[in-house]
Amino acid sequence: MDSTGTIFMPPGSSTIASEVDALFYFIFWVGLVFFVGVVTATLYFVFRFRRRKQEAEGVTTGATHNTTLEIVWTVIPTILVFIVFAWSFKTYLKMNIAPGEAIEIKATGQKWFWTFDYPDGRNTMNELVVPVDQPVEMLLSSKDVIHSFYVPNFRVKMDVLPNRYTSLWFEATDVGTYDLFCAEYCGKGHSEMLAVVKVLSEDDYAEWLAKGDVVDMNIPLPELGEQLYTSKACNACHSLDGSKLVGPTFKGAFGSTVKHTDGSSAITDENYLRQSIMDPQSQVIEGYAPVMPAYQGLLKDREIDGLVAYIKSLK
Amino acid sequence: MTNVMPEKSYLNDPKGLRSWLLTLDHKRIGLMYLFGVMFFFFIAGLLAVLIRLELLTPGGDMVSADTYNRLFTLHGAVMIFLFIIPSIPAALGNLFLPVMIGARDVAFPRLNLMSWYIYVLGSIFSIYVMVRGGVDTGWTFYTPYSSSTDGAIIAMGLGVFILGFSSILTGVNFIVTVHKLRAPGISWFKMPLFIWGLYATAIIQVLATPVLAITMVMLLMERTLGIGIFDPAMGGDPVLFQHFFWFYSHPAVYIMILPGMGIISELVSVFSHRKIFGYKAIAFSSLAIAFISFLVWGHHMFTSGQSQFAAMVFSFLTFLVGVPSGIKVFNWIATMYKGRIDLRTPMLYVLSFFTLFVIGGLTGIFLGALSVDIHLHDTYFIVAHFHYVMMGGTVIAFLGGMHYWWPKIWGRMYNEKLATITAVLIFIGFNLTFLPQFLLGSKGMPRRYYMYENMENTALFEQLHGLSTYGSWVILVAFLLMGYYLIHAIFKGRPAGANPWGALTLEWQTPSPVPAHNFEGEPEITHGPYDYDTVDVHPTFPRD
Repeated sequence: MDSTGTIFMPPGSSTIASEVDALFYFIFWVGLVFFVGVVTATLYFVFRFRRRKQEAEGVTTGATHNTTLEIVWTVIPTILVFIVFAWSFKTYLKMNIAPGEAIEIKATGQKWFWTFDYPDGRNTMNELVVPVDQPVEMLLSSKDVIHSFYVPNFRVKMDVLPNRYTSLWFEATDVGTYDLFCAEYCGKGHSEMLAVVKVLSEDDYAEWLAKGDVVDMNIPLPELGEQLYTSKACNACHSLDGSKLVGPTFKGAFGSTVKHTDGSSAITDENYLRQSIMDPQSQVIEGYAPVMPAYQGLLKDREIDGLVAYIKSLK
Repeated sequence: MTNVMPEKSYLNDPKGLRSWLLTLDHKRIGLMYLFGVMFFFFIAGLLAVLIRLELLTPGGDMVSADTYNRLFTLHGAVMIFLFIIPSIPAALGNLFLPVMIGARDVAFPRLNLMSWYIYVLGSIFSIYVMVRGGVDTGWTFYTPYSSSTDGAIIAMGLGVFILGFSSILTGVNFIVTVHKLRAPGISWFKMPLFIWGLYATAIIQVLATPVLAITMVMLLMERTLGIGIFDPAMGGDPVLFQHFFWFYSHPAVYIMILPGMGIISELVSVFSHRKIFGYKAIAFSSLAIAFISFLVWGHHMFTSGQSQFAAMVFSFLTFLVGVPSGIKVFNWIATMYKGRIDLRTPMLYVLSFFTLFVIGGLTGIFLGALSVDIHLHDTYFIVAHFHYVMMGGTVIAFLGGMHYWWPKIWGRMYNEKLATITAVLIFIGFNLTFLPQFLLGSKGMPRRYYMYENMENTALFEQLHGLSTYGSWVILVAFLLMGYYLIHAIFKGRPAGANPWGALTLEWQTPSPVPAHNFEGEPEITHGPYDYDTVDVHPTFPRD
């Protein structure tokens, strides 16, 4: 696979990408021939048959019907589009039938982040870890509205629906980190619902598997919190610089007095932050919508400690 | 040659505001529609400029995400429901359909006036609720987002419901008019092709619009009564909404483009001074497109999780609908062969249409191809594609038609130098705006993002979005210029005479502006609409 991409396409980093690109460029070149033909004929006729002063009057002659010509320009495009149809359907079937030995990973979309559940029971957020050169089947579902799982470099996309499973599969061909977008409009945080696919080499993947889901005990809590801020998708809704996104900023979020939508108020101490993470709907700050998902069960104790410490450090 | 303005015409006979507000004259109703659609086109165009301004830089710096979501919803909904659907049929169609078939008026003049009032009512209502109620669903109202968001979706649905009636009434009126009121001598195959386009459109309007109305009613019931048709938690299916929605909205695409194709058929013949090539092929392909358009809605849903079998069938039928559109283009170009081509302003729009619509059509092939569509779906490629079809096709044809009939509507000609500059500016601005978007999309930029920071391709996207934004400024300047010279022409333009371009359809055989009763006496049908091979016709407003 190429790693730089072509003029129209991003680098193709999955087994299916080259097939999709081949058809894309086939349509492009055939289309270009038609386009150039139409424009050339038009311009030539405009030049050749433009009105000249001396013959500005009188009737014009010229055929209004030509059976051979009309059959030709009906049949040729029809044949061409049938070729495109058959070709595209063949690749499409391949895209839809996952090989039996695929690793199955569950992806859950919700406003406005992704959670990935791996066969060994651990989960990651906004970062999908997969091995290179092995088929991976994604089982997709949503917790709220429709999202769409889209990795441009893999040429795969599938809508993510509430209360129903959809699926797709891919086999990455290059080690690297690739964008994963939500492609179906889902509201305020749609353009911040970004994740990455991390494709690891066989060895790195084995190491990642062996390491298990342990929280690194050796780094200080605020640093752990800083890492979690992006890996657990807090950054999709909470800024660090005081600006108001979907949720309140983390800057100065500790030790202030806040007013809730139900009229009550509270001082944001450690327990307050902990509750806001575990059960955010219980205390929604005035001016914000009750849209944050509960992180109960998604975070380990030390991770919660880390986040609280991190927020405390942001004066 | 000096022409004189007729003393009496539909514009001043009778006089007074009351005579306009209660008019039953199809020309006055058409003109009032024209003001309406142009006003909304301008509003929605300004919104587009704001959207492009936000996207000039990768950050979300100008407006908030919420405001952006409302902007693109408003832009799409106003352009689709208030501008492009009524634009050609209700404005230019009302003005000229009866005249072109030698009738005094449409079959049901009162119904016609009612449809205008319904349109105005529905428009004001929709805009009010969208602005006040913060509708942020996009013009497609996909569930479950639309059944759960805070915006005033119920009121908006009602607005769309009301506007649908206006569209249906116009459709019914046109169908009956074409069947019953053609002047003696105008058989089906002697009708101008613009009429065929309007006729095929009217059929779709009458058959498809009720489905949209029903869908909106179901959405209302979903939100108010919680009936659960689209709610997965209650056993409903959110994708069902998409099926209903596109069952209307795909044929609606042809409601938008078929009348535009009709205009192009007129213009290419008149300005090539040449009998149209393949009259019947063009007429029948309109009907074929109208019919197949009902069977392809699923191509909007290739990534929705519908069955692979359904996807295959929809993809196949989608390719079928492309063929008649191609045939039309070939026929138009063949019409220019051995003609006498005069590059007046309307013809410039024809050439512009050929280029832009063909790009729009060919890029549709990428999207009909299942495997390629998976990658391109919901990216800027789609945005570019449908703007090439809708704006490069329908709007350009509409502008061509406006410049063609403007001297007939007002009796006066606009400044053709300014008009030529404007046509070229629009062509350049349009391509500058939308050509980069194909590349944005194929490189993976999803649509409906108000910012595009922190992406692998952010730097590339910024360059392409930048070009697109500069293009939107060129288009804005061009339209302001057009507004100036078109309004100037109404008051100060030189009288154009009955037949400024030397055309053979009936509306040019009566004075400009048209008399209140269209014709002095019975219109005399002595030739077909495109008989440039037998009739020697002289323009009353030649270029030189």
